[in-house]
Parts: sequence; structure tokens; C-alpha cells
Amino acid sequence: MANMVRRHTTSARLWRAGLYTLLIVAALVYLLPLVVMLLTSLKPLDDIRAGGLLSLPSTISFEAWSKAWGAACTGMRCNGMSGYFLNSIAIVVPAVAISSFVGALNGYVLTKWRFRGANLCFALLLFGCFVPFQVVLMPMARTLGWLGLASSTSGLVLVHVVYGIAFTTLFFRNYYVSIPDEMIAAAKLDGAGFWRIFWRILLPVSGPIITVTVIWQFTQIWNDFLFGVSFAGFDSQPVTVALNNMVNTSTGVKEYNVDMAAAMIAALPTLVVYVLAGKYFVRGLTAGSVKG
Amino acid sequence: MSALNVRHVNKTFGSTQVLKDISLAIDSGEFLILVGPSGCGKSTLMNTIAGLEPVTSGEIRIGDEDVTWHTPSERDIAMVFQSYALYPSMNVRQNISFGLEMRKMPKAQREEAVSRVAELLQITPLLDRKPSQLSGGQRQRVAMGRALAREPQIYLFDEPLSNLDAKLRVEMRTEIKKLHQRLGTTIVYVTHDQIEAMTLADRIAVMRDGEILQLGTPHEVYNDPVDMFVAGFMGSPSMNFLPVTLVSQASGYALQVHDEKQGGTALTLPWPVERDTQELSSRVGDRLILGLRPEHFLEDDAIQETSGEGTRLEVTATVVEPTGADTLLQAWLGGNEITARLGPKSRVVAGDRVALRADLSRAVLFDEKTQRRLA
Repeated sequence: MANMVRRHTTSARLWRAGLYTLLIVAALVYLLPLVVMLLTSLKPLDDIRAGGLLSLPSTISFEAWSKAWGAACTGMRCNGMSGYFLNSIAIVVPAVAISSFVGALNGYVLTKWRFRGANLCFALLLFGCFVPFQVVLMPMARTLGWLGLASSTSGLVLVHVVYGIAFTTLFFRNYYVSIPDEMIAAAKLDGAGFWRIFWRILLPVSGPIITVTVIWQFTQIWNDFLFGVSFAGFDSQPVTVALNNMVNTSTGVKEYNVDMAAAMIAALPTLVVYVLAGKYFVRGLTAGSVKG
Repeated sequence: MSALNVRHVNKTFGSTQVLKDISLAIDSGEFLILVGPSGCGKSTLMNTIAGLEPVTSGEIRIGDEDVTWHTPSERDIAMVFQSYALYPSMNVRQNISFGLEMRKMPKAQREEAVSRVAELLQITPLLDRKPSQLSGGQRQRVAMGRALAREPQIYLFDEPLSNLDAKLRVEMRTEIKKLHQRLGTTIVYVTHDQIEAMTLADRIAVMRDGEILQLGTPHEVYNDPVDMFVAGFMGSPSMNFLPVTLVSQASGYALQVHDEKQGGTALTLPWPVERDTQELSSRVGDRLILGLRPEHFLEDDAIQETSGEGTRLEVTATVVEPTGADTLLQAWLGGNEITARLGPKSRVVAGDRVALRADLSRAVLFDEKTQRRLA
């Protein structure tokens, strides 16, 4: 764009100024809820009752944050979000790791060790991406019961792995399809077997798609509420469920500042992951589409 | 003893037969080239030799061993691919030693092999680079190095020079030939480039539609093609094919060249007496195809310097292409367009009437219908 010839006429400048104004306003509107949340979480309760949504706090206090983290009541217990936060981590980490690994393996087999019916297999897996959460609730509950995993962290991990494999397989399959088969043939001739090719040849070049998959799966599983509320036990509820319980508690005074702080705590990890790896996310999504 | 023996190999994909009863044997140290147009099955044949694709029936032997159902790694072969197929995450050193590592060669020996090969291919300064930091020619060398390090019984080259630019391709071609002469390796080499085939091969197998049409030395394939396809495929510019009728004259046989535009006979060429065969007598009066290579035409003045042999004919030049080393002339002979290779000194321009002589002593005759060689 820099080397484009453009004449700077007055009407062009006006047009441009209007365009930027519109964009800035749109950005502000988009940011507003976050601003309100942040401001509210930093205000004492009196400020919230007295002033408008957008008024600045009279004193900045992190009390709401510490209460949300350690002392707020969710249902019967008043230990804050911290325990549930750890529950979420205990669910997300193995679920992301397992579903990504299985997805990579599926993608590898579907592209480099093609078998009769591989395409049909892939089509059915793809179908899994379009199955709504609600549809699998009942059968999944029965299955977890049979497996003896009902109301447990491992049960939730299993649910997320099963549901995630469709997506992770899609990602890895489409990435590996662009890796030349000759490279695999060369490795076979060099004497490498199935696993050796996977570990030594394919995984080292999978960086971009691993990033995409991990971000995608992390966001999906961390933000999940429905599976969490349906299948989690009392001790294994994820942070999303805890947030809901806290905000919907009908006893006592409504502490908006604590609610806002808790909501932000619950949303923070996905934000952090996206900020740290978002660049690779976009890069990975387009990887393979252009021959490099 | 043959290093590689392919016996009655068939290969079908669904209902299409890609390889039809292929048999060939290669001696140790021989350079065999499989050449043919795309889709002729040459790459499939190579993949079956490599073990990357199973045969439908037939047998493949390497040395004394039947390897038909061995995996690629169990066959003592190495392969160089068209896309080089280097491992992008490994540097050159690791790329070359990967195969040795897989075969559990001790580290010290591996390093020795890498430096030997790197020196041979002059890639020592590149050993710590990644493939993405190399030029096409350098990648090609690394791919060859990977094969050479293993010292296998047989090397397979699958169109290794196709991705290089023209100048580099010629350089690498010479280098491959030098390497072969120096190391005495057994090589099977697939290409669609007939010049590569002619310049590199000890023997050439010309393939079409899953069959080997002719297997012979470059000289045999070029000068004694078995049919019109081989004759037309080998040589650039390709052989001229003229429709003729065989007639019997007092002095022997002669060929009446048809005028494809106006009908009738454009000219009559005497068939050299020493090239008479038994079969020709039964074909008098038949339509045949006369094959003359571009270099079988000589400019009339040029030929007078050496001898008065050949049949004189006059043509009208349509396109003149000086290449520097020689001049290619396209011209109308009767109603047929022919290509002649003239000397670099030729001053012919388009539109000229040019006097040529045709050297029929090296001409070939084909049956018009079966396209098989007659004489």
C-alpha cells in the first residue's frame, strides 16, 4: 500500500476523517462493556449504588478482586473462585493435551497412511464439528455413568476430548495434507517407521497448527459452561459454573463489584493465551493455503 | 549378476492397468533411465521398485533377494525425489545422517559418512544450514548426499533435475554423470526429458501406457527406434515423418513422398540398396511413413564439400531459428512441414528457396497403421 500513488484532495481527507471517526466510535462501543466491568470491579459498593455505570471510582480498591478470588460465596460455600479456577485448569490442561495429540495423530494417519475409507472416516469426523452440545448431553451422561466417570474431573476431560477430536482432527488433517508425501516416502526409505516419522519429521514442522489447535481447544474448554454444569461433580465444577452460581446467589446483598471481578478472573486465561499466541493463531489459520 | 531384476510386474489402480507385464534387469554399476511422457507409468514403476507401492503381480529382486514384499527400509535402496523431500526441521547434517541413525550406525561413523559425502558434493560449508536457507541447486545436492551417505545397492532418481532452472540442470546433469563414473553406482533414473536420458544413460527404457516399448543403449534407441513413438519421442527437434508410397524401380525401391496439400507426389526419393530388406518386397504400393531426423537433411553447399551423396530436394523456408551452435530450419517439402538442422554458417532467411540433400542411409521406415518399424 505504501507505494500506491494517491492524490490528497480535500474531499479525500474529509472522507478519511469520517472513516476514522466511525471506526474509533465503533471501537469504543465495543470496549465499553469491558471498561464498565473494570471500573465497577474497582469501586466500593457505595459508589456503585450512588453513581452511574461510567463514573470513576472515588477510591480504587482491589477488595472486590480478593473477595472474588478467595471469599465470595458460590452457593453454600464461601471460598471464592480460586478452587474452581484450579478445577478448570485440571480439566483444561489434560483435555487440550489429549485432544490435540489425538487430532495430530488422526491427521497424520488420514493424510500419510491412507487406508480404504479414509475419506469417509474424515467426513464422519467432520460431521462431529456440527453436532450441537445439547444433543449429546443425555447419551454422554449415560456413557459417563457406565464408565464410572460421572461427576468427576476425568469424566469432564473425556467429554471435552471426545467433543474436541472432531475439530483438532480437522485442523491437523488440513495442515498435513499440504506436507508433501515425498517427505514421508523419503523417511520410510531412510528406515523410519510410523512413530518415528510422526515424532521426528512431522511434529517438528507442526508448530503453527499446534498453536491454533491449543488456542482453539483451550478457549472452547475453558469457556464451556454446559458440559461443566451437566457433568461436573460438587468438587470438580469449572470456573464458569462457579461464576454463574456466585452471580445468581439470591441471598444477601448483591455485590456487583465482586461479580465483575469474578467474571474477569474467569475470562482472563483465554485472554492471556490469545494475547501471547494470537499472532501465531492467525498465521497458523492461513498456513498451507499459500505455497511457501 | 544383475543388481536389480524386475519380472513380469503388473500394477493396477482400480480398473486401470498402469504397469503391463514389465520386465527388466540392471547390471551392477549400470545407469538405467526410464523415460516417457507423463502418465506412462515410469514413476509408478520406480515406486514399486522402492517399495512405496505394492505390485499387483510379479516379482522384484535386488541382488539375490526377492524383495517384492519387503518394506522400503528393508530394501537396500536410496531415492532422490523431484521435490528433494528434505526434512525442513533438520539442518543439512541431520538430513544426511538421519537414514544412518535409523540404521543404528554409531555416531562417529555417521559423522565420518557425512563429511565424506559433504566433501564429495562440495556442501561442507552448508552442513549447519536448514533446507529453507538453501538454493534449489544446493537442496538438490543435499538430497543426493542423503542418498549417497547410505551407500545402498541401488539408487533411484525420480526426475531429480526437473525443478532446477535450465543452466543449473545441465550442470547437475554433468555432475551426476561424473559421480556415477567415479563411484560406479547402480542407478535407476526417471525422467521425461529425452536429452537427460540420452546424455546420462547406459541404457534407456522408453515407456508408454505402462509398457516398455524399447530397452537399449542411447545409440540404439536413437538410431534404431522400434516404432514411431520411440522415434518421435527421442531427439529434439523430433524426427520428421513423411507419408510415402513404396514403389519398385529398375534401380531398386523408391519412396514417393505425398503432397499432403495438393495431392499427388511431391518428389521421389531412392531407397538405398544396402537397406533393402525381405519385408519391403511385400509392401510395394503400400502407404508407409518415412522417418528422417532433422540432421539427416544437409544444406546443398554443405554437402558438396564432403561428398555428392544424398538426394537433392528443394524446399521453401518458413521459419529459421539460429541457436548459435546450429540453425534450425522449418520448411515446406511438398505439403509437409519438415525441420532440418543446418550448420551455424547457414545464411538462410524465411521465404528462401533452399536446396537440401536428404541422407536416406540413416532414414527409417514405419508401417502407417501399426506404427512399427519396417526398415
